[in-house]
Amino acid sequence: MALDKDYLNYPWRQYGNDHDRFPWSMIHDRPSVKWPDNKSLAVWINTSVQFFPLNQKGVPFKVPFGMNMPYPDLRHYSLRDYGNRVGIFRFLDAFDRFSIPATFAVSAQLSADNPYLIDRLSDQPGEIICHGWNMDHLHYGGQSIEEEREIVKRSVDTLREKSRQPVRGWLSPARNQSHNTPDLIAAEGIEYCCDWVNDDLPYAFNTDSGQITMLPLQTEIEDSFVIGSNLHSEDSWVTQVIDAIDYLIEDAKANQSGRMLGLSLHPWMTGQPHRIGAVEQVLKYVSEHNDIWLAKAGDIVDHSPFEKG
Amino acid sequence: MERLSAYQYWPYENRPKITWPNGAKVAFWVAPNIEFYELNPPGNPSRQPWPQPNPAIPGYGIRDWGNRVGHKRQMDLLEKYGIRGSVSLSVALCDHHPEIIDMCKERDWEFFSHGIYNTRYTYNMTEDQERDMIRDSMESIYKHTGQKCGGYLAPALSHSEHTLDLFAEVGTELFGDDAGFYTCDLFHDDQPTPIDVRSGKRFISMPYSLEMNDTIVYAVNKVVPRHYATMLKRHFDRLYAEGAESGTVMCIPTHNYQVSNSHRIKAFEEALEYITGHPDVWVATGREIAEYYMENCYEQSRADIDVKRGVK
Repeated sequence: MALDKDYLNYPWRQYGNDHDRFPWSMIHDRPSVKWPDNKSLAVWINTSVQFFPLNQKGVPFKVPFGMNMPYPDLRHYSLRDYGNRVGIFRFLDAFDRFSIPATFAVSAQLSADNPYLIDRLSDQPGEIICHGWNMDHLHYGGQSIEEEREIVKRSVDTLREKSRQPVRGWLSPARNQSHNTPDLIAAEGIEYCCDWVNDDLPYAFNTDSGQITMLPLQTEIEDSFVIGSNLHSEDSWVTQVIDAIDYLIEDAKANQSGRMLGLSLHPWMTGQPHRIGAVEQVLKYVSEHNDIWLAKAGDIVDHSPFEKG
Repeated sequence: MERLSAYQYWPYENRPKITWPNGAKVAFWVAPNIEFYELNPPGNPSRQPWPQPNPAIPGYGIRDWGNRVGHKRQMDLLEKYGIRGSVSLSVALCDHHPEIIDMCKERDWEFFSHGIYNTRYTYNMTEDQERDMIRDSMESIYKHTGQKCGGYLAPALSHSEHTLDLFAEVGTELFGDDAGFYTCDLFHDDQPTPIDVRSGKRFISMPYSLEMNDTIVYAVNKVVPRHYATMLKRHFDRLYAEGAESGTVMCIPTHNYQVSNSHRIKAFEEALEYITGHPDVWVATGREIAEYYMENCYEQSRADIDVKRGVK
């Protein structure tokens, strides 16, 4: 098979990034970041509260942990639903016990379908951000902009109404985007996004509606990646999270600049009876550590060191 | 073809002895892959760059993290243990991120070719296209670093049947015997071995362990971070013991978006501290090991390969 004649042309082979969303920079070359009380590490704990439809189409790609058996895939549908019925309440107890300022990334459809759940989440002191419509409404390259605009608007509007919160943040399902996603969410008044996991600090991100903040939510240390994809034990996950935190604090001190860790949890994964203890170990560690500023996502955005357009 | 023609069967036992400088048992090198993956790469009929349509933010983001955050972490660590990296370079990075190139140059690191971008595959290239791509990569390294590129690791380990031949030939065309004389694309041995290229040039394979490669370890084999340290130490221990008989080579191929992750970098450090803490280790670059081998061991190896094949 022949290659396209342009296969060896490189239109973006030039200084900086191969896009215009933000300028290229290395973290160690940037001005020092100061967190409140001069803490070394800002930690925000995200809980993804997700709806996986039974008739998940998986277009244009299969979402990790989605339906993967012939229809109707009752095992995965109900196992994910377990998180919203049971696991989340173990999380809420733990957040309460360790005084965690929590962030909840919620599939907007859940807020319309499950008033009890959204009221419960809205009534506690955490922050709610939009996690798209559901885990089968993906944002992807090649999607029509009208279709995507409608999904974004419906998701943000619904979640704002049902949660009675401003909903300032956005996390795309599977952290995937089209080329238009940042512009479309900014147009709906979203102030920050967590999809681009390319830094250990927040940074400014250009959109058609001015700059938003990119607030990376680490993938490689989240519960589902370590336990669900890598098949490591829950004990090993605790070790890895604590190793990451210890290293980041060391790195912050050595460089005299704050660092950030966004840690993402899934109640269908670590809300299980045999895993919730691992979450509690991690929460205990972060809540008792003197070098950590525990915050909601929006609090970190408000402390971000750059000008917003 | 049914059988790769680049090398002959050559049993590990009873080979001519390799004696490394100062009687070292193991020649040790670290090969950081410094790569650029494109946000909007073109498709290739044999392999798609990303699992999602462009822009594939999840895969792109973590690799961008490697350059924005991970590179300097790893570089500082290698410096702490007196290791100069041998960089497997997506050469477009010279244009995109010259700051990284400058830091490596200041530390006297080696640069070798890993293609233009790690999202442009060799599959389905004509021989002329592949030759042009390889030439571009070697010329770019020379232009930006002044180095005559000695080694090659094909982009994303994507090859044609003539990849090694073309690399050797372009090296000769540009810089004679100073460039294009070793490959990292073959995983058949724990010692350097002579390779047959069609021009007859003196050319070798350098051990560049896929099994110790952090991306294979973490992303393919899903190894627990702290166990990676154990694997590296065991790998080293055995090569060190066998190196008393005849010198061996240990390589750790790394990626700044894998090994430098906050939950993984300590495991890497533990292994580096252990390995460099042994007295009979020659810490070198890939090129230094390759040049030493070609100067001191190549002829005896060639002769022994012929003997073992039953050639008079």
